[in-house]
Amino acid sequence: MPINRNNATRFAAAETMNATVTEKKPRLTTSAMIASIAAEGQRVRAAPFGKALTEYAEAHPEIVGLTADLAKYTDLHVFAQAYPERFFQMGMAEQLLMGAAGGMAKVGLVPFATTYAVFGTRRAYDFIHQVIAEENLNVKICCALPGLTTRYGPSHQATEDLAMMRAIPGLTVVDPCDALDIEQAVPQIAAHQGPVYMRLLRGQVPLVLDEYDYKFELGRAKRLRDGNDVLVISSGFMTMRTLEVAKQLEADGVKVAVLHCPTIKPLDEATILAEARQPGRVVVVAENHSVIGGLGEAVASLLMHEGVMPSRFRMLALPDAFLDAGALPTLHDRYGISAEKMAASIKGWPK
Amino acid sequence: MLSHGHYAIAFYAALIEAGIIPESELETYGSDDSRLPMSGMASYTPGMEISGGSLGQGLPIAVGMALGLRHRGNRAFVYNSMSDGELDEGSTWEAAMAASHHGLGNLICIVDINNQQADGPSSKVLGFEPLADKWAAFGWHVQRIDGNHLPAVVRAFDTARQLPDAKPRVILCDTLMGKGIPFLETRDKNHFIRVDPTEWQMALDVLDANQPQ
Repeated sequence: MPINRNNATRFAAAETMNATVTEKKPRLTTSAMIASIAAEGQRVRAAPFGKALTEYAEAHPEIVGLTADLAKYTDLHVFAQAYPERFFQMGMAEQLLMGAAGGMAKVGLVPFATTYAVFGTRRAYDFIHQVIAEENLNVKICCALPGLTTRYGPSHQATEDLAMMRAIPGLTVVDPCDALDIEQAVPQIAAHQGPVYMRLLRGQVPLVLDEYDYKFELGRAKRLRDGNDVLVISSGFMTMRTLEVAKQLEADGVKVAVLHCPTIKPLDEATILAEARQPGRVVVVAENHSVIGGLGEAVASLLMHEGVMPSRFRMLALPDAFLDAGALPTLHDRYGISAEKMAASIKGWPK
Repeated sequence: MLSHGHYAIAFYAALIEAGIIPESELETYGSDDSRLPMSGMASYTPGMEISGGSLGQGLPIAVGMALGLRHRGNRAFVYNSMSDGELDEGSTWEAAMAASHHGLGNLICIVDINNQQADGPSSKVLGFEPLADKWAAFGWHVQRIDGNHLPAVVRAFDTARQLPDAKPRVILCDTLMGKGIPFLETRDKNHFIRVDPTEWQMALDVLDANQPQ
């Protein structure tokens, strides 16, 4: 196990890390940079972002697509094949990608700019801030490999993208859960007047939310199931995982409510407060992001500001550390965001 | 569009000439609540195309505008004015490559080579010569002119607009800050020129005396 980098300081922030040093599972090998987060046998849909954008673009000629050498890996190639004259390759140049997307928005187009989350946010931050957000331009930034969804190391792990994007005034930030969420989010972010940052799951994307009475609504959090013991507020694929955990814990007599919060900014404060005010529940925020600056801190800040004090508040998130490279099941287990580790953590937090 | 936002004061003079803002508004320049901030901002000033000032952003935006206008069948030119200091920024060259790759014949870039940036002469901060060769190697049509000589500037714009080729055009303007006012031409500039209140009238007198009749 490659734990030579696992010094005490790096993992001090993670409560769920203790079990990792004793894990005895078979060592998984990495064969691809991009692994599907779909579990074996899980229902999936292929390229939901590319297909939804292509469908929306048919009646909306103002939609154009730009990428920084990652059309295939963000599913934008589906749009590019359908509308080659509306697709603009910017090369591996993320500052140009964001600057040019801003320029296209200034002449009345609605650009969808795609790349990986690390490059879109970390390499092009000032362009998103100054060119796009400061002028409230109608650019939709859609970035693959959010959080810990790659087998590569920190070069490709976007564990702080939500923190960076949340800090920009006027930028709407979306972290969808599955194929259905993405399909329904695309037309809504396209129709929204103003800049949007959306995290993308690409390729074979899990499909789970169709089993619930659920529709994506930009700016709204939705309760997917109710329970008296624990309230988990989650975004991204962590909602999918939380639903799995809730089913497991039900068998153990722990009743878990799940509030899916795909719009990270602006936060659906009313719904979150109404849920968090219900007495007697542990409040947990689960997210595929660093403990610094994501949904967890956004919710904590809201609750503190409004004087809502749950009996216990915890975050299930990635540690404030440079994470290891490796197979996703190994890493999700190591950092406490696998279903198994999440269930163990939640059981260890009595009311 | 003004990539070098700190050139705003000159751009405001042009906006007055164009009738977009009234001359009297210049009195508010740089004051609280003015529409005329010291560094140009599209969100403040009518006619200001972009919020410049974070240097190296203008040319990427110009590439997007030129691509977008062409896509929409609009035959307008996009003009990006930038400083030589912005040649230090990698984003300028990302955009230079893209403009040529996409054959943006509707893009004209003006580079003010005044050899001044925050830490000293541009050539000492980060050398950029041979500049004409660099832009040509990036696939641009290049003209290098005396940027203080207005007839040369006008001719260069005419040439840039009339080229038949589908390639972007750059006009490299060698300039001298304080041109036409001997005591300012020779002053140690260090990027910003400090002009004392008593010197303004002297400068205006020199300019008036030398004005072509």
